[in-house]
Amino acid sequence: MSTGVSYNDQGGAEAAVEAGQESTPTSSSTGAAFGLFSADFKKNEDLKEMLESNKESLKLEAMKRIVGLIAKGKSASELFPAVVKNVASKNIELKKLVYVYLVRYAEKQQDLALLSISTFQRALKDPNQFIRASALRVLSSIRVPIIVPIMMLAIKEAAADLSPYVRKTSAHAIQKLYSLDPDQKEQLIEVIEKLLKDKSTLVAGSVVMAFEEVCPDRIDLIHKNYRKLCNLLVDVEEWGQVVIISMLTRYARTQFTSPWTEVRGAEFDENKAFYDSDSEEKKDQTEAKPYVMDPDHRLLLRNTKPLLQSRNTAVVMAVAQLYWHLAPKHEVSIVTKSLVRLLRSHREVQYIVLQNIATMSIQRKGMFEPFIKSFYVRSTDATHIKTLKLEILTNLANEANISTILREFQTYVKSQDKAFAAATIQAIGRCATNISEVTDTCLNGLVLLLSNRDETVVAESIVVIKKLLQTQPTQHGDIIKHMAKLFDNVTVPMARASILWLMGEYCEKVPKIAPDVLRKMAKTFTAEEDIVKLQTVNLAAKLYLTNSKQTKLLTQYILNLGKYDQNYDIRDRTRFIRQLIVPNEKSGALSKYARRILLAPKPAPGLESAFKDRDRYQLGTLSHSLNLKATGYQELPDWPAVAPDQSVRNVEIVEPCPCVCTESGSESEEESSEDSEKTSSDSGKSSSGSEKSSSESESDQKKKKKTKKAPQKKSKPAGDRYTEIPAVCHSLKHCLFSQNDSKKPTFRTSGISLFYMSFQVTTSSFGPLKTYELLHHMTGKGLSAKYHFPRQPCLFQPSMVAVQVILTNSSDHALEEIHIGDQSPASLNIHCFNTIERLEPGASVTVSMGIDFSDSTQAANFQLCTKEDQFSVSIQPAVGELLMASTMTEQDFCKEQGKLQGMNETSATITMATANASRQAINKQVLSVANVGEVPSSQNNFSRFAGQTVSSRALVLVSLELSESSGALLTINTEKSVMASMLLQDLKQAFAQA
Amino acid sequence: MIHSLFLINASGDIFLEKHWKSVVSRSVCDYFFEAQERATEPENVPPVIPTPHHYLISVLRHHIYFVAVIQSEVPPLFVIEFLHRVVDTFQDYFGVCTEAAIKDNVVVVYELLEEMLDNGFPLATESNILKELIKPPTILRTMVNTITGSTNVGEQLPTGQLSVVPWRRTGVKYTNNEAYFDVVEEIDAIIDKSGSTITAEIQGVIDACVKLTGMPDLTLSFMNPRLLDDVSFHPCVRFKRWEAERILSFIPPDGNFRLLSYHVSSQNLVAIPVYVKHNITFREGSSQGRFDLTLGPKQTMGKAVESVLVSSQLPRGVLNANLNPSQGTYTFDPVTKLLTWDVGKINPQKLPSLKGTMSLQAGASKPDENPTINIQFKIQQMAISGLKVNRLDMYGEKYKPFKGIKYMTKAGKFQVRT
Repeated sequence: MSTGVSYNDQGGAEAAVEAGQESTPTSSSTGAAFGLFSADFKKNEDLKEMLESNKESLKLEAMKRIVGLIAKGKSASELFPAVVKNVASKNIELKKLVYVYLVRYAEKQQDLALLSISTFQRALKDPNQFIRASALRVLSSIRVPIIVPIMMLAIKEAAADLSPYVRKTSAHAIQKLYSLDPDQKEQLIEVIEKLLKDKSTLVAGSVVMAFEEVCPDRIDLIHKNYRKLCNLLVDVEEWGQVVIISMLTRYARTQFTSPWTEVRGAEFDENKAFYDSDSEEKKDQTEAKPYVMDPDHRLLLRNTKPLLQSRNTAVVMAVAQLYWHLAPKHEVSIVTKSLVRLLRSHREVQYIVLQNIATMSIQRKGMFEPFIKSFYVRSTDATHIKTLKLEILTNLANEANISTILREFQTYVKSQDKAFAAATIQAIGRCATNISEVTDTCLNGLVLLLSNRDETVVAESIVVIKKLLQTQPTQHGDIIKHMAKLFDNVTVPMARASILWLMGEYCEKVPKIAPDVLRKMAKTFTAEEDIVKLQTVNLAAKLYLTNSKQTKLLTQYILNLGKYDQNYDIRDRTRFIRQLIVPNEKSGALSKYARRILLAPKPAPGLESAFKDRDRYQLGTLSHSLNLKATGYQELPDWPAVAPDQSVRNVEIVEPCPCVCTESGSESEEESSEDSEKTSSDSGKSSSGSEKSSSESESDQKKKKKTKKAPQKKSKPAGDRYTEIPAVCHSLKHCLFSQNDSKKPTFRTSGISLFYMSFQVTTSSFGPLKTYELLHHMTGKGLSAKYHFPRQPCLFQPSMVAVQVILTNSSDHALEEIHIGDQSPASLNIHCFNTIERLEPGASVTVSMGIDFSDSTQAANFQLCTKEDQFSVSIQPAVGELLMASTMTEQDFCKEQGKLQGMNETSATITMATANASRQAINKQVLSVANVGEVPSSQNNFSRFAGQTVSSRALVLVSLELSESSGALLTINTEKSVMASMLLQDLKQAFAQA
Repeated sequence: MIHSLFLINASGDIFLEKHWKSVVSRSVCDYFFEAQERATEPENVPPVIPTPHHYLISVLRHHIYFVAVIQSEVPPLFVIEFLHRVVDTFQDYFGVCTEAAIKDNVVVVYELLEEMLDNGFPLATESNILKELIKPPTILRTMVNTITGSTNVGEQLPTGQLSVVPWRRTGVKYTNNEAYFDVVEEIDAIIDKSGSTITAEIQGVIDACVKLTGMPDLTLSFMNPRLLDDVSFHPCVRFKRWEAERILSFIPPDGNFRLLSYHVSSQNLVAIPVYVKHNITFREGSSQGRFDLTLGPKQTMGKAVESVLVSSQLPRGVLNANLNPSQGTYTFDPVTKLLTWDVGKINPQKLPSLKGTMSLQAGASKPDENPTINIQFKIQQMAISGLKVNRLDMYGEKYKPFKGIKYMTKAGKFQVRT
């Protein structure tokens, strides 16, 4: 940000711009009418009047014209006082346009801008999340240093907001505040740390962006969130994906050991993983193998792979560079196809992708060789695209395909685009040096080109031939002669210089011609270009040494000419050469060695790719594209020799949480022992299972085995299960425990936007998962069904309750066409699951349904049908499942409670089992009964919970006041009095139980 | 990330600027103009230009340069992709993306840009969400707005941004529920002088126009999904189902969108539906050249080749062409030396041909290279790769939608070297 200063002082100049009569495109009749009043010396006076009028439409019209001015880059800053008054307007469009104006000019009119701050501060408290978000957005975009503390406060508050959208906005605001006042860094890092823990896909991209901007070196903040980020990646919006991937690339380079050291080891590993399902014990003995990929490293590779299919080219490129920098060598090639696909995209995309392929193709020819035809040049390509394709073709050339490539090059040389033809000749030269088999063929081809009519082609050929001859000068005397003949016709300086150099270098091979060329040069010396003059001096010196009899006078003549040349380089060179070759009393010992100095055998130049050294930059970056270090570029760290402690990424398993852990914990234990049943046994396993299956199902069956095995291989009895459960425990800890120390509610019910229907979301999994039987396998002729309430907002309609049904086939034959048939009552609104075409024996499948219970506990009856049979089933929801948790502050709670008195209040004194007296136990019991959210409470003996009914969104407030003895007063406030009494009963029961 | 955006027209005027962070003077564009001057063709301006304090990343579309100003390291594709998305959005909103359209709708453009980026980082780029925030201008709405004083800015808040399906707006209602899918394939090919194929590949897309009420959940299956081994999807497609069953399962966005694009690479055998017989010669010393071109269909499975258009960039030495087409019309632009021949439909019984002479500059030498011939054509009701949709099913809603599928094959970058 600091470098921007040079351009930011536009204000003064801008004011001077004559902005007399702007006729904005949007000007309408009103605009024209007001145009009458505008005087040249008081520009924009009409706009000011419009803004000060009482009519909304006039104000809007004025703002539209002002935005038109801003868009054209004309100054409208003197209208600031008139505009800022409208910041609190009710009209949304007007308000938005005022925001545009504010953000543009607030920096210049800081005092006036402060007038608007209070409006935003008020809006930050608005119940509508979008108004909160947009207020924060504008507040943070006003670059007025005075309000830094206000911004800081607003960011901190928004970071704990319930709405993920507001939290996302706060992540954006972090960057803005940081660029305004870098001193806030420490505080901002705290906010980032907090937001990194967020599980909403909306937030993930933005907060990582903030992390990259503010504290990219604080890699320690990532550890705990690494696995979560990997797992969320697929569902993050595409721009966030790019940022997260590049951050994770850097992270992985600091945390894992190189997979490249022992390629064989990695392959070995893979085979082993393939076969190891039947040989568990053997594994431990072969522990000492050279390289085992960290399971987290594998997780990253596996979860990024599907993104190669993204429609966003930046995402594909990001994954490609991740694989290039992180994957074992033999796996990198899976990105090839996707990169080649990008070549069909827009010209600019092609340009960047080709640059990256060029770099990659130097190191790994094999990757792109099968796609060599995709790099053939079309006559309609832009020149820079053509040269890049040429570069790649040259890099890919080898003994096998060189003949095809050379044939292709022959077409290019004839191209009408001469710059491209010249580049082709260079490319031929490189092929000739790299592949010795074709050197002669190429050389002959190039010699033929010397008779081309186009000068650039000839010149380029000469330069390339010169380089080629240097590599094998022995047998090419005739080519040199041929070039000497051409000398008179060539006018391009570089080509002339090259011929002269060749003459000098191999003057012994052409003893008769060289002096003659020198004679010609002596005639035209003064008219030549500098580079030609220098080579002439060189030629003269070399001839003087080898053939002084013929050339002594000529040389002296040329040296004299050079002595008085205008260019100091030439004068300098002349003086040096004279001292070196003409012995006189002053010349020292050096002249003895003149011959050895000038006629030393010179090593042939290597013809190298221009992309040779680009690999020092990370692929896909701006720096790589420009081949220079861009501001803010961060070097990709080298692999550590020894991997840092990998346990830092473990999200610690806190004391077993009563609800889920017992269940999923035991489940996964079972699972590790009876691995084969994996697919069928995921019935009851809630979020831990889904987390894993979501990441696993994308790779094929084979890989599934392998990756599942990977963590177990270490066979540390307790530690190795962490891949399976950390997500749950993490979320649990996050949800239940952080409440104790923070006043802000940290869990929420809506948030993660996973769109796979079979997914379960971990966010709201803090409640227990009770599974109910829907259909017993005896009555269902083999088909059994269980259901539970995942307590997520329903995907299909907001007024529905989400239900997950696990269908299992316990019969000995496959069941076909499982679907939902008739429903009763007829008015019942059910979102059925998709027909399951076939369920194999022993298999089970989880499907999602949505049922609108209309806030009543009336059972939903419907028929579960297979191809042959129909079974009537019913789902009877517990009243607590008809609620959605909502979160509010204690004040709000009390306020709402005040509104729901009298008829709407139901209360009872209950006796508590002693085990339930602690706050944690209360939480657990209430959450087990109802899907409500805890309200942070300042009083110790009060517990408060808030929820809403799913269908009608009526508030349900539960409060529990502990009294001295084991009794407690339970109060429920809601409009739905029937529900209240039912809920009361349920809660009473739950607390009475030990 | 993206600091500022400048829109520059073909004549080098900056006609719109937008800043997301502090203001960057438009003088930064001088570096761009410099590069533009150096490039001979508008397409040759390098997409990434470094300047002392900034980096300029530009895309050229519809003869407008969209120049983004960057201050620090950022993946260039990120910016390029975003700029293209901006152009697509403009096109979506205004029908065309021209200087005039942008100037006429400058307020909407500004509102759009404001929503698309926050502090230079993309915020809402999904067209369904944007349309909820800012309604596209139509003639009717403009009239209504002037009369009633209502606005283009949505009063409603974009529900999509928060939902589990961010690409679809909620509460969609249609009286006619319909879903159309267009399978469009483009053949990119280079044919050499002798008529043999040097390289050929197919680039296919499935564009959809879905107007369905509620939250429909669609599945689309193919007869031969194995053809699709290199695909990219709209974010709505459930990738795991595709991996497992090769079925496209998705909750579609509302309206037009590109469901998927695929690539059948040059390693596969690709049928070339037309052939060209050509004889273009220039004789040394003579000021005449012969031009003879005949087109014919092959491997078209009985489908007609339509809308054929042949174009060729003749060498600079050609002054004029005097040709005689057997069908259609031809034009030759003596300034740009571009020859175009609008052939129309190829009749297999009577092959279209274009014959005649070219007059060359007197005394000029014979051009080194014969011109390349670019061909465009369309074949209806056929996907050249053989891809076929098996069936489309809808779940989650009760009504019966009208379903339609269309196939088309087009020439992409189809070049014949002569």
